[in-house]
Amino acid sequence: MNLKFEARVWKFPDNINTDLIIPSGSIYLSAAEQAKLAFKANRPGWVDEMRPGDIIIAGKNFGMGSSRPASRSLKMLGVACVIAESINGLFFRNCINYAFPAMECPGVMALFTEGEIARVNFHDGTINNVTRGQPLRAKILPTKLLDLLQAGGIYPLLEQKGIIEPQI
Amino acid sequence: MGMTITEKILARKSAQAKVSPGDLVTVGVDTVVFVDTMFVPTRWRKINKLDHPERVVVVLDHRAPVPDRQGAATHQIARAFVEQFGIQRFHDIGYDQGISHQVVADNAYALPGSLLVCSDSHTGSAGVFNCLARGVGVPDVFYAATLGETWFIVGETIRYEMSGKLPRAVTMKDAFLQIAGQYGDHTNTNVEYGGSALAHLSISARKTLTTMSTELSADFAIFDPDEIMCEWIRARRKDEFECFYPDTDAVYKAVRQVDLGALQPLVAFPDSVVENSQPVAAAAGTRIDQAFVGSCANGTLEDLALAAEVVRGRRVDKKVRFIVTPASQAVYRAASEAGIITTLANAGAVVTNATCGACGGTHMGVLGVNETCITSSTRNFKGRMGETSARIFMGSPATVAASAIRGVITDPREFLQ
Ligand code: SF4
Repeated sequence: MNLKFEARVWKFPDNINTDLIIPSGSIYLSAAEQAKLAFKANRPGWVDEMRPGDIIIAGKNFGMGSSRPASRSLKMLGVACVIAESINGLFFRNCINYAFPAMECPGVMALFTEGEIARVNFHDGTINNVTRGQPLRAKILPTKLLDLLQAGGIYPLLEQKGIIEPQI
Repeated sequence: MGMTITEKILARKSAQAKVSPGDLVTVGVDTVVFVDTMFVPTRWRKINKLDHPERVVVVLDHRAPVPDRQGAATHQIARAFVEQFGIQRFHDIGYDQGISHQVVADNAYALPGSLLVCSDSHTGSAGVFNCLARGVGVPDVFYAATLGETWFIVGETIRYEMSGKLPRAVTMKDAFLQIAGQYGDHTNTNVEYGGSALAHLSISARKTLTTMSTELSADFAIFDPDEIMCEWIRARRKDEFECFYPDTDAVYKAVRQVDLGALQPLVAFPDSVVENSQPVAAAAGTRIDQAFVGSCANGTLEDLALAAEVVRGRRVDKKVRFIVTPASQAVYRAASEAGIITTLANAGAVVTNATCGACGGTHMGVLGVNETCITSSTRNFKGRMGETSARIFMGSPATVAASAIRGVITDPREFLQ
C-alpha cells in the first residue's frame, strides 16, 4: 500500500462523532450500504459530491464516540486518508485495523481551505498545501502501525494464520 | 520519575520496568468481552482458535431480547460461538442478562491491575475497579481473543483530585458534565480519579464517571483503589488481586481539583457531550416528549432509586413517555425487591427489561421527527436515539425524572430538598 497521496481536501469541524459517519440503526446494512450514509445528518449529499481519492482534513477529536467501523465506511467511499488536529484513540485503532490511513497534525485546519490540493506522505509525516505551497509536519506513526496499515490491517493477518475465516 | 496507575499496569502487562508517554507497548490481555454487536452477520468472522476460552465473556445486550430477524440471526451466531468453545461466562437473555459494563461490575469480572478489552466504546467503565479497561474495535477483539495480546500507545495522564460531598439532587453525572463542559475532550490522554471524596462515593456513582470518560475521548479511565472497591470485589469473587496506586512522583499532564460539594445539576445541550454543559436553569421550561433513565452510565440500582424518589406519589406528565431501563437483570431484581419498580410504574414510568434499548436508538424508545428527549444515558449525538431532527438533552437521573413529571426540563432540586 502506497502511503503518499495528492488530492482535493474536504474540511470537517471539531468533534466529528462516529454516529455521524455510521448512523445508529444501520448496523445490519452491508459495509457498502453503510458507507452511503456517511455524514447524512450533518452534511447531506456529501457522499455524492466527494470523489474517490479525496482527502479529509478535520479538527480536533475526530471520530469520537462508538467502536462501530466508521473508518471502514470512509475507506469504502474511497477517501484516501484523514488528517486531523487530533483523533479519538478508538477511531484511530479502527483506522489502522481496517487499513485506512489516518494521522494527527496540529495546525492542519489552518493550512487548508476546502477544495485546495494537499500532498500527504505518511512515511515522513510531511503535509503540503500544494495550492499555496505551504508545508507542515505531522506526527509520524510508529513503524509497527505503519506496517500493519500497509499489510491491509488485522483481518488479512489473522486469516493468513488460519485463526479466523474470511468474511462469508 | 514515577508512573501513573495506567503506566504502572501497562508496564506490568508488557513486562517492562517502565513505560512513558509516547511508547508503543504490546500487552497481554486478561479478559476479552464479546458483546452482541460483534456477531452481526456482516461483521462476524468465524474463529478457529481461541487463546484462552476461559478469559472470554459473552454478553447479549444491545438489542435484547431481539426486536427483529437480523437480531435473531446475530444472537444465534453468538450462541454457536459460545457452544463451539464451551464458554462459561455467557450472559444470554434471562437471569444473567444485562449491559456488558454492568454485567462486568455485577460479577466483578474486572480485577485490579488486570487488562480488559471489549468492542464497546464504554468499556472504560471497568476502570472503577482499578482495572485497565478500554473499548477497542471489532478487529481488535478478534486479535486479542485469538492471540492473547494487543497494543497501545501510552498517553499522558490527567489526574482529577475530588474532594467534598455531592449536595442533594446532584450526582456524578453532574460531576462529569462539569468536567466535560469545563475542560472539553481528553483525546490521547488517560484520566485518573482519586481524592478524599472517594470515601463518600459508591461504586455505582464512580462508575458513571469512568463510563462517561469515553465521551471525553479519554484513552484509559481509572480510579485509585480503596476499601469500598475491594469489598465490592471480595463479595463477588474469591480470586486474589493486587491494587495499583500512582507513584508519589508520578508525572501528570495536569492535576485538577474538583470540589463535589460545589456542584449543581447540569444538562448537556443537544448534539455534543463536550463543551456543551449548562446549569439546568438554562434549559428549564423546554418541552419534552420522552425522558429516559438507563444505559451503562446510569442504569444502576442507585439511579433507579433516585428516579423513584423524585416521582414517588406523583404522575408523569401526560405528554411524556418516561422509559426506565435497568442496566442488568440483577439491578432489575434488586429494584423490584426494594419496591422501586412499583413506585416508578405507579407514577406512569414504563420499566423495561435490562438492555441498551433507547440509548442506542434502535429499540424500546426510538425518537420521532422533531421530538425532544432528556436522557441520562451516554450520548446526545445527532440521530443517536432515532430521527436526526430529534433533540437530545442529557442530565442526571434526578433531572430526567423531575422533567418527566413536569413535562418540561426541570431542576431536580424542586423535588429533592
Ligand atoms: S447502554 Fe448505550 S452506551 Fe452503554 S453499551 Fe449500550 S448502547 Fe453503548
